[in-house]
Amino acid sequence: MNLIQKIMAEQIKPEVPGFKVGDTVKVHFKIIEGKTERVQIYEGLVIAMKNAGIGKTFMVRKNSYGVGVERVFPMNSPRIEKVEVVRAGKVRRAKLYYIRTKVGKKAKIKELLPARKVEKAAKVEKAAKV
Amino acid sequence: MFGLIGKKIGMTQIFDATGKLVPVTVIEIPANVVVATKTVAKDGYSAVVIGVNEKKKNRVTKPYGGQFPEGIAPTKILREMRDFGKEPAVGESLGAAALEGMRFVDVQAVSKGKGFQGVVKRWGFGGGRASHGSKFHREPGSTGQSTYPHKTFKNVKLPGRMGRETCTVQNLKVVRVDAANGCILIRGAVPGPRNCTVVVRSAVKKTK
Repeated sequence: MNLIQKIMAEQIKPEVPGFKVGDTVKVHFKIIEGKTERVQIYEGLVIAMKNAGIGKTFMVRKNSYGVGVERVFPMNSPRIEKVEVVRAGKVRRAKLYYIRTKVGKKAKIKELLPARKVEKAAKVEKAAKV
Repeated sequence: MFGLIGKKIGMTQIFDATGKLVPVTVIEIPANVVVATKTVAKDGYSAVVIGVNEKKKNRVTKPYGGQFPEGIAPTKILREMRDFGKEPAVGESLGAAALEGMRFVDVQAVSKGKGFQGVVKRWGFGGGRASHGSKFHREPGSTGQSTYPHKTFKNVKLPGRMGRETCTVQNLKVVRVDAANGCILIRGAVPGPRNCTVVVRSAVKKTK
């Protein structure tokens, strides 16, 4: 491993992010005001992820009093305490930039529900075990 | 000025104490061996000669190898640092730990060669209009004028070879001195290509 990879490896968070593009998430972001520290929650839709090693980022879009707000968070930032998935989305593309021009129902993302077949198979398995 | 020889590894980003991503250049500091010291009494000025990258004695010419005292292997790169500040003994080896406590540094290296370039890139000339019948695009323009001065002055800026010259960038902030990995992280860019030899000195203009 060369020196740069070594230095970067120290900074990268070990756990994999538990969310995908299309999910609605709550980002718990630490804010430092002088000496005090508080956690701000930013909730919105993940519309893009960019992979760039340690500089990996994700973009969260929300509607704040009728104004669209987009915020880019570095994935490995020590200021991100956790990212909570509120609602998993069902999407077919990696970047949801199209959503910027949509309003109302068209700006909605379908919810990703656990697949029925898998559920059924699990039930069958359970029954077999019993 | 206190300084050491290093090798530019490349650039990356790291998070600082406030959680901001900072662009940094990683410079590896190999063991800098003190080859000789020069004193005011003997040489007229004080300096320390340091070298990195050891070589076999039979691979160097005798005049070059003769500079190295007994027991010290010849090195590929040799640099003299005037007014070193510290007084290391000959044969002592200095690493990244010696740079600990430094906040600002000057970095010197040979910049990347750009080849034969025109005046717009090389000297920052504005160039002319691209369209509307303009016939003056990226040319240097007239250099000798007319009846007077009727010659081209010396040192007129013209196209030519650009880059690959010794270049120093001053007042670069030290983000971290990583003695365990034997490297130093400096904020921002540093001249030269990757794997080039750089000299990291304590900053001349920012002492604190």
